[in-house]
Amino acid sequence: MLQCHVKGCNSNNFPLQLSDVEIEIQETDFNPKFLRNMLSKLEWNALVKTALEINITTLPNVLPNDLDEEFLKMLHRVLLETHIKQGQMICPNCNHTYPIKDGIPNMLLSETET
Amino acid sequence: MIPTPNLDHLSPGDYEHVYEPAEDTFLLLDALEKDAEFLRNEIKPCICLEIGSGTGCVSTFLGKILGDGTALLICTDINPYASAITNKTGYHNSIQLDSITTNLVNGLLPRLYHSIDILCFNPPYVVTTSDDLYLSKSILEKAWAGGIDGREIIDKMLPLVDKLLSDKGVFYLLLINENKPNEVCEIMKNNYHLQSEVLLSRLAGREKQLILKFWRNTR
Repeated sequence: MLQCHVKGCNSNNFPLQLSDVEIEIQETDFNPKFLRNMLSKLEWNALVKTALEINITTLPNVLPNDLDEEFLKMLHRVLLETHIKQGQMICPNCNHTYPIKDGIPNMLLSETET
Repeated sequence: MIPTPNLDHLSPGDYEHVYEPAEDTFLLLDALEKDAEFLRNEIKPCICLEIGSGTGCVSTFLGKILGDGTALLICTDINPYASAITNKTGYHNSIQLDSITTNLVNGLLPRLYHSIDILCFNPPYVVTTSDDLYLSKSILEKAWAGGIDGREIIDKMLPLVDKLLSDKGVFYLLLINENKPNEVCEIMKNNYHLQSEVLLSRLAGREKQLILKFWRNTR
């Protein structure tokens, strides 16, 4: 969902690539209504690509038409229970690095970059 | 009556880095509570966004209003310390908040273009000089210093509201009289065809605070 916003960096800047990540799994209640809600807002290709970078291979390349419980549970695991605690997000175009610390992405730029 | 979020996990030391909820925060909570039925039954949000979340009190409260955990609650703050506290406040009140440290909504557009169903902003509204705003090194000062008419940050946000709001989206904005709320409503109407009303207003000491609510014509 986050995109590079360095001045002049206007193409090929999404999705940001994950690097040096530390993953933590936190179990939470399964909420199929939330998942169905979110699916309409997701950019599926970007999600699949990003998940692969952290070795999550359970997502199909194409979003299935039939959203059965098994699929939603798998999605729940990826979207809601898989947390990136530490790491970096790197712009594939300009290589700017945005840090993730304690699960919080930092998109701030220095004054010269905006 | 929805209780004010529990902030017992915050220490006096935390309030050296983040602005403690005050009358303005509570007015925004009251406005959301006033609109609770409308938010739950008509808006039925998918994605909510709060800008300048501070302690996270407002988004936690919004999460409580919505109740069923079916909306994504994104919070931004320019202060990394506030982002961390926001997530903690959500956690301590059993509401999942997703903090991002950024200036206003940098990095969120264009991906969240016309995607936000509920947008909240308690801006830095205090009238100061431009120098106070741009030369200050204090992160806490950024939470309140608003520059000329207290409008300098608010005016940066206004064009972004149109980009962020979904067709059914609503925007809640806290202002004080010195911010010239009528002028803000005119800008939103003339430039972006956004309708508005004063949802609540209250005197806090000498400060007249109000909550403006904006929505698209199409609704």
